[in-house]
Amino acid sequence: MNTVLSSTFFSAPPDWGWLIVWYFFFGGLAGGCYFIAVLIDLFGRPEDRALARLGYYIALPCLVISAILLTLDLGRPLRFWHMLIASNTYQLLFKPWSPMSVGSWALFIFGIFSLLAFLSALAEDGRLQQPAAKSLRPPGALGSIIAAIGGLFGFFVAGYTGVLLAVTNRPIWSDTPLLGMLFVVSAASISAALMILLAQKSGRTTPGLNALHRLDSWVVALEFVVLIAVMISLGPVFRAWLNAWGLLLFFGVIVLGMLLPLALYWRRQWLGDLNVTASAASVLAGGLILRLVIVFSAQGV
Amino acid sequence: MAEPVGFYTDTTVCIGCKACEVACKEWNQLPSTNGGVNTLSGDSYDNTRALDGIHWRHVKFIEQFTEDRKDGRWLLMSDVCKHCVNAPCLEVCPTGAIVRTEFDSVVIQSDACNGCRDCIAACPFGVIEVNPASGTAQKCTLCYDRLQGGLEPACSKACPTQSIQFGTIKELKGRAQKRVDQLQQMGEKRAYLYGADEKTLGGLNSFYLLVDKPEVYGLPPDPKMPTRNLESGTWFSAFGAVLIGLMGVINFRNRGARENGQEQRP
Repeated sequence: MNTVLSSTFFSAPPDWGWLIVWYFFFGGLAGGCYFIAVLIDLFGRPEDRALARLGYYIALPCLVISAILLTLDLGRPLRFWHMLIASNTYQLLFKPWSPMSVGSWALFIFGIFSLLAFLSALAEDGRLQQPAAKSLRPPGALGSIIAAIGGLFGFFVAGYTGVLLAVTNRPIWSDTPLLGMLFVVSAASISAALMILLAQKSGRTTPGLNALHRLDSWVVALEFVVLIAVMISLGPVFRAWLNAWGLLLFFGVIVLGMLLPLALYWRRQWLGDLNVTASAASVLAGGLILRLVIVFSAQGV
Repeated sequence: MAEPVGFYTDTTVCIGCKACEVACKEWNQLPSTNGGVNTLSGDSYDNTRALDGIHWRHVKFIEQFTEDRKDGRWLLMSDVCKHCVNAPCLEVCPTGAIVRTEFDSVVIQSDACNGCRDCIAACPFGVIEVNPASGTAQKCTLCYDRLQGGLEPACSKACPTQSIQFGTIKELKGRAQKRVDQLQQMGEKRAYLYGADEKTLGGLNSFYLLVDKPEVYGLPPDPKMPTRNLESGTWFSAFGAVLIGLMGVINFRNRGARENGQEQRP
């Protein structure tokens, strides 16, 4: 290297690969779907509760998948519990300044909340004969408290991964403080997109679906702004994206994942009935490619 | 705590013999590369190439030659973990596997590490890697077991030119500064110490005498702590969450009004 772009270029890649890309994707979906379901529960209308239930139904399985992916990625998977408990003293281990430590706890706690919400959704759908479980969701006081706290943890799970990448010394990841914000916003966009797709498929076309679609278009627009801000904040390190990863970022994330769904939202007649489906699918694809580019591009330099 | 100890490496007297690499491998019983089948780098006498989970010492060979190769020099540097006073790896480690010892060195406890690899991304020097034999992150321990037994680390013991010197940090700094002064007086005006002052991660307990810019040796000019982004990253993320929350509230609360009103355009 003739000129030093940043002192971060002297670190070594941690070899976080596809397992982590998929973890970022499913973790984002888990947190985002839960958060959107909470918003619908707290601020939506009673007839939209079926849509919120869908969010809770997605959150728990996605979180379980996330935990499995994270465990498999460890060099010693059976030692996954070392993240929470000190292996030599068996005391609880929590380092508030280490995003991976905080994130492990957040995943654990969010797991409890997403399980509660999942059970309450089952009860409301009549698939679980436990009337008491219904009180685990708004509008009751207990349900509202669970929703509010769980929603906060959901967004934490969706966003801490970006902060975790920033709290390293790898190029790109640690050269901007905005990755956490990008992941939070992207988690919301892919979650809304998946909820739209599954709501259509399962016939949950409640009136709130239009609101969800509109929300997704707003969030995608915000995501575009945040991604541009990330690029600007990288400064000279942006040159690390002047390669195939940059092309993938442009065509896969900006064009496919952002501009296309926005265009489909504003020109609703383009694809007729397929318009909403195509828009949501492209947002999901863009969200996956975003995580792919961010995880891999910083390790190839 | 015992007085902090570490390495002072005078790169100007390193002859590239790699005795340090061998001594390290022998004492720490590190496995051979590629099952013992040697693969040559093909463009240098440096066939180790980088520090990793099974190479805790690495002699760097830096060739500086003119195009016609009539003039030039070798820069040789035995690289190792810097045992930073403010250690990025220790800071991010979620399992508590990375600890600071009574000698002020930084050690990864292999039985506690679960191979998450956060420390690899955090180390600004690219020192840590996974040892495939253990599945855990590994690096130089400053021969913690030898220190406990009153011995000096294997590499410095083996170094034939005293390029690698072991001792208390206080003593080493004094010795290193004298050497810099000596070199300066002899006309080598480029000589300086890298990592001996507190500006570099609070001080490196393995510091170097160099005669060119840090990046020429593959060392970061300005290494930083990973948590520099923690606060700003957290606030920006929270800001993002607030924006999403507001968008959600507006969309789900005003849905009816919007759909009966402005949205009904042709």
